[in-house]
Amino acid sequence: MREITLQRFAIALVIAGIVMTLLPLMVGTYTLTLLLVYGMLAMSLGLIWGFGGILCFGQAAFFGLGAYAYAIAAINFGESTVPMIIAVLVPAAFAAVLGGMMFYGRLGDVYLGVITLVVTLIFFKFMNSTAGPEYVIGTARLGGFNGIPGYQTLNVPGLPEQYIYGDSLYYVTFIALFVVYWLVNWVLQSPFGRVAVAIRENEQRASLMGYDIRARKTVLFAVGGAIAGLAGAFYANWAEIVTPGLFSLGQSAEIIIWCIVGGLGTRLGPILGAAGLAYLKFKLGQQMLIDNAVITGIILVLFVLFLPKGLVPAIEKIWRLSVGRKRGRRPARSRRGRAASHG
Amino acid sequence: MAETVLETVNLTMRFGGVTACDNVDFSLKARELRCLIGPNGAGKTTFFKCLTGLLTPTEGQVIMRGEETTNWDTHVIASEGVGIKTQVPNVLDGVSVQENIWLAARRFCSSADASRKTEEVIDRLSLSTIATSEVGRLAHGERQRVELGIVAAGDPWLVLLDEPAAGMTSDDVEQMIEIIHDMTKTAAVIIVEHDMQFIRSVATEVTVFHQGRILMEDHVDTVMSDPTVRNVYLGKKA
Repeated sequence: MREITLQRFAIALVIAGIVMTLLPLMVGTYTLTLLLVYGMLAMSLGLIWGFGGILCFGQAAFFGLGAYAYAIAAINFGESTVPMIIAVLVPAAFAAVLGGMMFYGRLGDVYLGVITLVVTLIFFKFMNSTAGPEYVIGTARLGGFNGIPGYQTLNVPGLPEQYIYGDSLYYVTFIALFVVYWLVNWVLQSPFGRVAVAIRENEQRASLMGYDIRARKTVLFAVGGAIAGLAGAFYANWAEIVTPGLFSLGQSAEIIIWCIVGGLGTRLGPILGAAGLAYLKFKLGQQMLIDNAVITGIILVLFVLFLPKGLVPAIEKIWRLSVGRKRGRRPARSRRGRAASHG
Repeated sequence: MAETVLETVNLTMRFGGVTACDNVDFSLKARELRCLIGPNGAGKTTFFKCLTGLLTPTEGQVIMRGEETTNWDTHVIASEGVGIKTQVPNVLDGVSVQENIWLAARRFCSSADASRKTEEVIDRLSLSTIATSEVGRLAHGERQRVELGIVAAGDPWLVLLDEPAAGMTSDDVEQMIEIIHDMTKTAAVIIVEHDMQFIRSVATEVTVFHQGRILMEDHVDTVMSDPTVRNVYLGKKA
């Protein structure tokens, strides 16, 4: 795994700045903000599944929990700074408890998938049945299938009247995604991240090395929950309403498809997969000829058959082959000294 | 006299009606090398798994350096300085040889020290030519050596090796014997093995398992010439 260096970070910063400036010239910031939110959500699953080997069928639960936590806190606090923090902490704490129960209970992968899926469905059913006036947290009514509208959206910290919306929300979301991306990078480069990869590769060997895999998986699961929660908070700010649909089965399935198409085990793949497929879905939604779920399904099947590792690994492979071919024409001396560094 | 570093008292492991280990009393001294032999189903691997925490014994005790470890989890036993190699090469296939050894070393020291230790182990086990290779792409013998590197990286005081020579070429086996002898300078070693030639080359003391019990414990030559052992293990009539 490549190390994070200041130079690499600076290059990424410049590229991100250019991309952030150019994207609105092609797609509206309203759509782009949603694509970034989905990118962040996909990154949360990409982290725990692609690098920790934890296939969670219920990442939408943490996303929805983050959105609801933000909306409820925003109604109660009347500004957005504390609710944003709560929207990260609540799903993280819930993921830690759920993960702890599953991993310390030594559940197999299949049961883990079933439980996370069922938890999402429980949230979906429960939130749908909270229309009555008795379902209230502080001054926030949960609103049942109608959801929660009309809460304070993102504002400049300490200035509740200074709203961040439209283009500004796009830039803030982009910066948040960039920061989270580098935090994920940092986690993966750290000994904790490297042990997570070891656990993904071979749980028993990681355990025989002396690592407590249950504790580490629980922490990683909670980190994934926190990122999904943050994505949920940004979604709540974008949509300005949260509904039980956030916990739907379709939402959970889409996140998995984004990761598979983008490239599992890569950092950028899930983000690109989410943004690409969500944009395609958005475009297909504007026509009546064919259902967009069919197209998404066909894309998934094609990727599983022809690009099983996903888009980013395929691009990397083509890049390596073309660079290798060019290098192959150079004198051998230039190839020397490129042994991978370690440490 | 060397201290006893590992002891089992009345160790019993039952799977339903089958008793795989039956009241096994066993002890091992510091820097001692012991081979466990026996026919298939004798209970060697079950005994090995009880020592490593992969199985929790039905009855009895496992005591390591004076402390009872019977119900300890595998990772706790490993983090106490017990190096474990399982029957099938148990390595991290998707990462490099370096990363495998670094991760093993990192459990016991800082990142910088782990990197130094990794280089040292790679040199000692002659893994430099494959250090950056993905382990999943290596040959069986190389994977076995990588797993030994993982075990050695933790500087263990007790090494448990389940069939280390299985599926290896004669050159690989020779190298493996050297590595194991090197390990005994600092650690007690238990080897579960079938290959009698390998056992003769590596061990002096041998424990014979039969039907979940210890049949005999003695010098390798005495054991090999014992008619009862020949009967149960080699399938020859005395």
